[in-house]
Amino acid sequence: MYGIGMLKGMGVTLKNLGSPGRMFSVQYPNRRVGLIGLARENNTNVLSLAIERPGDALKALVGLATVSVRLTQHPRFRGEEFTWYEQRCTGCASCAKYCPLGIIRIVTDTTGKYEQDGGKYDIEVFDIDIGRCMFCGLCVQACPYDALHMGSGFEEGKYERNKLVIDVDQLKAAPKKPSTWYRPQIEGQKFNPRSIEERDYLQVGRHERPTEHQQEENWANR
Amino acid sequence: MTSFGNIYDTVVGFAPDGLEWAAYVVACVILAFIVINAAILTTALYTWFERRALGRFQNRLGPNRWGPFGILQPIADLLKLITKEDVIPDVADKRVFNLAPIVLVFPGLLVFSVIPFGEQSFLGKLNVGVLFVLGVTGINTLAIIMGGWASRNKYALFGAIRGAAMLVSYEVPMALGLVGVVIMAGSMALSDVVNSQDVFFIVVQPLGFFVFMAAALAEMSRAPFDMIESESELGSGYNTEYSGIKFALLQLAEFMAPIVVAVVATALFLGGTRGIDPIPGQVWFILKAFALIFVLLWTRATWPRLRVDQIMGFAWKGLFPLSLVNIFVVAIEAFVFQQADGTISSGSLWVMTGINWIVFIGAIVFIANLLGQGKLRREGAPTPSPLANMAAEAD
Repeated sequence: MYGIGMLKGMGVTLKNLGSPGRMFSVQYPNRRVGLIGLARENNTNVLSLAIERPGDALKALVGLATVSVRLTQHPRFRGEEFTWYEQRCTGCASCAKYCPLGIIRIVTDTTGKYEQDGGKYDIEVFDIDIGRCMFCGLCVQACPYDALHMGSGFEEGKYERNKLVIDVDQLKAAPKKPSTWYRPQIEGQKFNPRSIEERDYLQVGRHERPTEHQQEENWANR
Repeated sequence: MTSFGNIYDTVVGFAPDGLEWAAYVVACVILAFIVINAAILTTALYTWFERRALGRFQNRLGPNRWGPFGILQPIADLLKLITKEDVIPDVADKRVFNLAPIVLVFPGLLVFSVIPFGEQSFLGKLNVGVLFVLGVTGINTLAIIMGGWASRNKYALFGAIRGAAMLVSYEVPMALGLVGVVIMAGSMALSDVVNSQDVFFIVVQPLGFFVFMAAALAEMSRAPFDMIESESELGSGYNTEYSGIKFALLQLAEFMAPIVVAVVATALFLGGTRGIDPIPGQVWFILKAFALIFVLLWTRATWPRLRVDQIMGFAWKGLFPLSLVNIFVVAIEAFVFQQADGTISSGSLWVMTGINWIVFIGAIVFIANLLGQGKLRREGAPTPSPLANMAAEAD
């Protein structure tokens, strides 16, 4: 009454104006920094920054300096590109069968080049149309040999739709940074897919790789 | 300070004999150029400031990408708006539709010509300054009706009609709130009003300032009184059908309104250019106006919107009686304390200050008890919800 409640409300908003710590804006992909922020980003103090790089310091002073930002994200993030290990893949096409949208196409070579290694097929075509993918991850769940993993990126924008199809060469060349989604064995290794380290095909499976001896035994007992 | 007389004297010195009329025209054009550009540039900067400050009130950043601290954002906005297609509806009344944005913008620009930024205003000492300000700002009601009606769009018309009702209602308390100032100053010229403020009128006449600012907040038609373009229920009100450069003009007028209100209130209530000596008067004026602009922005960031009936009730049942009380008290005081030469000594001003503050608090308490939530505290009445309290408080 008498407008006192309205004045209290103005006090609340003023408190929010005066406390930058409450700000929740995340600036991406670049973050505007001032002089102090730029110095902190370069692990120096303001004075040495101003002496060493006066141009950058001036830019920061007038509010034009930016630093790039990497967002923190969970290691189980289901990203756009897929991580695929050709050494683990048998070409069974379980992923293609389980895909609800039918956007995985696999063509295998049946000449049996790799028969001595356990009867694997040679993968000739492995297309994933991520333009239509909904990242449900059923292909990853279906893979019996843990050859296919979700990726962790989200910056794969293209100007044409047909460039969104990942082919087998891209899959082979991509950095092996699997998301830990539906892969507790990788998560157990405390693996962060956004770091620089990679995982090779021996480290991502559910089971230990059989030794040569065990393989021979299995082959003989079959 | 540049005024029309100075510019005319300078220009007529270069003019040959018989061409004084040309010097007059040139002086007019120079003055208009200065005033319009200063006003529009200030408005552009103000849009940036408002968006930044509003963002910080709401714990976000506001525009910070284009230029240092995002200060070039208004330019980007303007470029975007003028490159958009200028759509005129087929069934619109095209002449009125095109005219409305211009009619809405120019009152704000005209007001700047009589504001005493220095010793004098741009037009020299216009002896009907207060009347000029009130009359010119009344035009924007017409512009809003023009825009809403010419769009041939039901929602635009709703917004325009609502807005016209609100603006016409709030003209009354705004004008009556200024009558107290005119009585005390003994003149309608804004520079005389500034000179007579030995004690600032915000201190002497708190009731007048309260009534004027509340009414001006409604006249600006921004939150919490944004009945004209109520985005949540009417699309965008009277400017629903506008796009391109015309929409830019409408936005310009909308963002110029707080600046106009702030400079008028600074001249009339905050002592204009008067201040402590080493700092020049123009700087004092700008500082005071900026403080007022910030308060207006602060209220916009804080208070929720009112309903139409609450707004009309507040004007006629709340502000109108308060402004009459103010005029009554100030008129009696001016009659009693006036000296032989028509001025009021500063000692008398302090006495008036004491009386007026008592009247201010008493009047506010009386009106609030008469119209406020006390009505809801009847025996046996159900406990009102917080929303009902809010309605009754504003009603």
